[in-house]
Amino acid sequence: MATVEVSTEKKAEPPQTSVPAPSKPKTITLRISRFNPSENAETKFEEFKIPVQKWTTVLEAILYVKENLDHSVAVRYSCRQASCGSCGMKINGKPRLACYTKISELESNVVTVEPMNNFPIIRDLAVDFKQLFSTHKKMKPFIINEESEVQPGAKEFIQTPQDLEKFLQFSYCIKCGLCNSACPTMATDKSFVGPQGLAQAYRYTADNRDQGKKDRLKIVDQSHGIWRCHFAGSCSNVCPKGVDPAMAIQLLRGYLLGFRK
Amino acid sequence: MAEQFSNREGIKGMINPTRYGLERVAYWMQRLSGLGLLAYLIGHIYETSTILNGKAAWNNMLSLTQTPGGHLVLVIVIGMCVFHTGNGIRLMISEGGKGIGRPGQPEYPYRASSLNYKQRLCIWVSIALAALAMMYGAGVLLGD
Ligand code: HEM
Ligand code: SF4
Ligand code: FES
Repeated sequence: MATVEVSTEKKAEPPQTSVPAPSKPKTITLRISRFNPSENAETKFEEFKIPVQKWTTVLEAILYVKENLDHSVAVRYSCRQASCGSCGMKINGKPRLACYTKISELESNVVTVEPMNNFPIIRDLAVDFKQLFSTHKKMKPFIINEESEVQPGAKEFIQTPQDLEKFLQFSYCIKCGLCNSACPTMATDKSFVGPQGLAQAYRYTADNRDQGKKDRLKIVDQSHGIWRCHFAGSCSNVCPKGVDPAMAIQLLRGYLLGFRK
Repeated sequence: MAEQFSNREGIKGMINPTRYGLERVAYWMQRLSGLGLLAYLIGHIYETSTILNGKAAWNNMLSLTQTPGGHLVLVIVIGMCVFHTGNGIRLMISEGGKGIGRPGQPEYPYRASSLNYKQRLCIWVSIALAALAMMYGAGVLLGD
């Protein structure tokens, strides 16, 4: 490391980034929704006192409960860094990723965690993603191109950065389901494709290597398909990855309405 | 799976406008005003059909709209009409894929570009126009 000489004549300014005073752990109340379908069909809330720091995430608070207070709390998580899409839940009334939400940003001494709406509950905070995944698969989430088989002499498909930008943000979807949980159509229509699936239909359709546009448009152009979106924008309001499913849906609809080629 | 385990939010969640920003409020107002206008249209057809029963029946019905309650209903209809039209035009354009931003590289904190200031401005303008029209209508209906 290079050393920097500081002239002793001029007093060096005190460094801007001084070590922060160790913050005192605060105690908050974590209310966890408990529901076990095999035992009874009633949801009840259990309260736990949790010491938290400025950086403590909601997932860490739940894991604190599991380690120290009640190991039976059911929660699904894996990456702890907003990449795997496992830990979506309703936190103080809004769907969020537990690993990506700091207690401090909620600005409340009471944090309530519940399973995400519009998904069947497996137990406590863990919900069933069967429908999400099967809808995702129905959108043909892969490049459809007759020449995509690797053959001798085949060359890679060249894409410009501009080509890439047309679908890049939609490919960041981690299938966390927050968007489907926030969607007002999803709240009442159990057959609706949902923002996650529709955004993925657009992601592949907008890819210039893909030739499956006709297939996918046919899949979304149904009675419980794309027309049930009313552009309430709640999906994009909660998406933790900047996918902006509402944009994808309106762009996809642009094809169907003939506004886009 | 039994519906009570499905944890679907239902109509109560659908109409709750408090959690997801102005666009969700606009969604809910578009629904409400659309249904309100539909109800008004049906009522209006019924109201005007009374003319088939002669002048007396027509005048009798017309006098209903001259009451404070009748005036209030009309002022609300004016507001619903203006908001629904303004916001409806925003939706027709946006739902065709225009004015919702351009896809790109998302940057932290990942503000969705489909929820941009133009969208919010259109919603506020629709609300403001509806309020102005209601004030004007109330002035005409209730004034001297
Ligand atoms: C210039 C006039 C109008 C325009 C531009 C307009 C536009 C719209 C649009 C774009 C929607 C769909 C919004 C969405 O995607 O959720 C809509 C919904 C609706 N409109 Fe209109 N509308 C107009 C007049 C009317 C009138 C006069 C009535 C009643 C007779 C009406 C009743 C409805 C209803 C019931 C809905 C469905 C609401 C929903 O399901 O959310 N509209 N309107
Ligand atoms: S679009 Fe966003 S909110 Fe929806 S599943 Fe993908 S990452 Fe989650
Ligand atoms: S644990 Fe992977 S997204 Fe939260």
